Amino acid sequence: MIFSNVTDMPQMNISIIEYFFGVNIMKKSISIIAALIVMATMSFTASAARDTIKIVGSSTVYPFATVVAERFGKSTKFNTPVIESTGSGGGLKLFCKGVGVEHPDITNASRRIKQKEIDLCAKAGITDIIEIKIGYDGIVVANSKRADTLSLTKRQIFLALAPEIPHPNGAKQLIKNPHKTWRDVDSSLPNVAIEVLGPPPTSGTRDAFGELAMEGGCKTFKWLKDIKKENKKRYKAICRSVREDGPYIEAGENDNLIVQKLNANPKAVGVFGYSFLVENSDSIQGSFVDGVLPTFENIANGDYGVSRSLYFYVKKDHIGTIPGMKEYLREFTADKTIGQDGYLTEKGLIPMPSSEYKQFRSAARKLTSFKGLN
Amino acid sequence: MSNSSSNSSSITEIVNKGLKKRYRSEFMFRLYGITSILFAAAFLIVFFSSIIDKGYSAFTQGELNISIYLDPEIIDPDNTRDEEEIRYANYDKLVFDSLKNFFPSVSSRKERKELKALVSNGTSLRIQSLVLDDMSLIGKTLDLSVKLDSDIDMFLKGNVDITLDESQRRISDNQVKWTNELKTKGLISQKFNSTLFSAGDSREPEQAGVLGALIGSFFMLLITFIVAFPLGVAAAIYLEEFAPKNKFTDFVEVNINNLAAVPSIIYGLLGLAVFINFFGMPRSAPLVGGLVLALMTFPVIIIASRAALQSVPPSITDAALGVGASKIQTVFDHVFPLALPGMLTGSIIGMARALGESAPLLMIGMVAFVVDIPSTPLDASAALPVQVYLWADAPERGFVERTSAAILVLLFFLLVMNSTAIWLRNKFEIKW
Repeated sequence: MIFSNVTDMPQMNISIIEYFFGVNIMKKSISIIAALIVMATMSFTASAARDTIKIVGSSTVYPFATVVAERFGKSTKFNTPVIESTGSGGGLKLFCKGVGVEHPDITNASRRIKQKEIDLCAKAGITDIIEIKIGYDGIVVANSKRADTLSLTKRQIFLALAPEIPHPNGAKQLIKNPHKTWRDVDSSLPNVAIEVLGPPPTSGTRDAFGELAMEGGCKTFKWLKDIKKENKKRYKAICRSVREDGPYIEAGENDNLIVQKLNANPKAVGVFGYSFLVENSDSIQGSFVDGVLPTFENIANGDYGVSRSLYFYVKKDHIGTIPGMKEYLREFTADKTIGQDGYLTEKGLIPMPSSEYKQFRSAARKLTSFKGLN
Repeated sequence: MSNSSSNSSSITEIVNKGLKKRYRSEFMFRLYGITSILFAAAFLIVFFSSIIDKGYSAFTQGELNISIYLDPEIIDPDNTRDEEEIRYANYDKLVFDSLKNFFPSVSSRKERKELKALVSNGTSLRIQSLVLDDMSLIGKTLDLSVKLDSDIDMFLKGNVDITLDESQRRISDNQVKWTNELKTKGLISQKFNSTLFSAGDSREPEQAGVLGALIGSFFMLLITFIVAFPLGVAAAIYLEEFAPKNKFTDFVEVNINNLAAVPSIIYGLLGLAVFINFFGMPRSAPLVGGLVLALMTFPVIIIASRAALQSVPPSITDAALGVGASKIQTVFDHVFPLALPGMLTGSIIGMARALGESAPLLMIGMVAFVVDIPSTPLDASAALPVQVYLWADAPERGFVERTSAAILVLLFFLLVMNSTAIWLRNKFEIKW
């Protein structure tokens, strides 16, 4: 007869714990528990003293920050900072969780910090932040070199991609966007279907595209602009939303994927950061927006209308606790990094005008605290 | 008599009639089977050939033979031999000067910049560390083989279309001309890219490697194994050999089977909430990654171990109990050793799945740029699948081939793990 379970063996008198662990396993489990305790204590001691800078934040700033971090790690005696790409919003959320080694020291952002986030930080006791602007990034509308260069206006971009557009007869009412091809939007544009590959709503690039390109086009309708005064929420919903009926395709945060898809499909148009255009200038071309091409010079002097500022925020309380913070700030704001001919410009960063640059460099040297949004 | 013979002949007739159809349906079934296998094989071939085709070139890297004069005037003008002094010397200038020996006519700012960009910007750091290691080198001439910049390397590998206008490609006309000149002089050669296996991540493709990610993955799997294997086996032995058959045990079993099918990202969220937010463990650490993967692998190990225990014939148990062994002696001295190879095989396959997992690691901060090679499971680190993901997202052209190369490395380790599992099974398998 097979004894397959405990109830079959009533004659056994040993305690149940001893019974199902057995001596062998008992020893093993003790050693496992011991190992776990050791690991846990190790983890706490490790978090009690950290010697590597931790950075989180924007995926747009990530390619720039990583270059700086690598140079910093290789040319100084400090460890190379660890950088996580969490998106601007996600980064600020982690950043504002609290002061202490278990929280990140720096967060990158492809937009300015919001009042909501300043309040969140303050609630966690983070009142001393340093704001550093590192430069500008253009958002390009681009297509494959095998197709003709597009020349768009912000108004056309809005009319092509908004979920609802003003009635074509000029009446002050919104209709569902009927446009299927670029020709429908404007007779000067090619007769191909609207197919735009762009970032998802979680991306800072999408925020900026909505704010600068879409809203920029929306504002050209006076009655829509007037809504802003009455109902800001409704204005934002009308002006910054992107249609969801097919022509706008969310291609994920991976800008490289968009570039590859554009190569494969010359009819498609992509929306992504200027740095990807720089790296792929042999196969992809930027479109004119309001008559201006997205070139280094045009973005730098502000002629190109769809560009935004890039920032990072530093927790001042961590300077002195985490080794290398001051030096990292110094490296990032050095002339050889974000100056006019800095090495980040080769990676596609658009440098600030020199007066603005000097202001942020001195903020980084003197560790000037952020005074709040103005 | 005639009746029965006509009867049997009519049966034969019926059988013959249907025979063709039956043969045909069998033939069709075989055809479908073969087609689907061929289909799957074709996809596999396309998949592998595209990865190998894109990735094999990453295993070599263009290098330039160059002699660099370690000018004492530049490195240590005051002859102090002070380490700090020497650390901050202008090594870029040394590299530039020796490049200029090849092309003395270079003078304009643009040309100088282009010439500098021929070789990797890691070259000066390499010379710096050589000098710091051995200061007697100062004043001598070093013959080095230095890495070319990734853009130049891409050109040599034929990935740059030089028929395009200069403004539309990554390398300039001058650089094309110089590279071709150096090549005809025989100074440029393709060498095995050892950096790929000896360096951590980098933003310069020619300096990037998978070692950091490999070690991160190794630490994670080690922790996964240490945590999940003993617990999983203990749970399996208890459930299979000792647990009373009641509703509660059934409930536990159903849950374990369901857990094995839970999407892996859920485990990542769990790890974020429990290990990082509650226990305060560091983000991006292989320790947390290993624990999360252990949770994920745990049900797989239980299921595999139970199957292994079930495959031990009852005669072994009967014989042991028959000669007076206690239940616990029976299980641990007889059933468990016989089931162990099966358990190990199942666990290794579970771990191989864990090696390729990237989704749960997203949540616990392992998708990070980490240059330094981790030395303990608590240091920040990437993992192999995450490295693939990060490189696929990098804008530099040189990372396209490196992404495929990293995939090949990952596939190699999966292959090694799975073959170990098969080898173990064949070596210890007992045919009952």
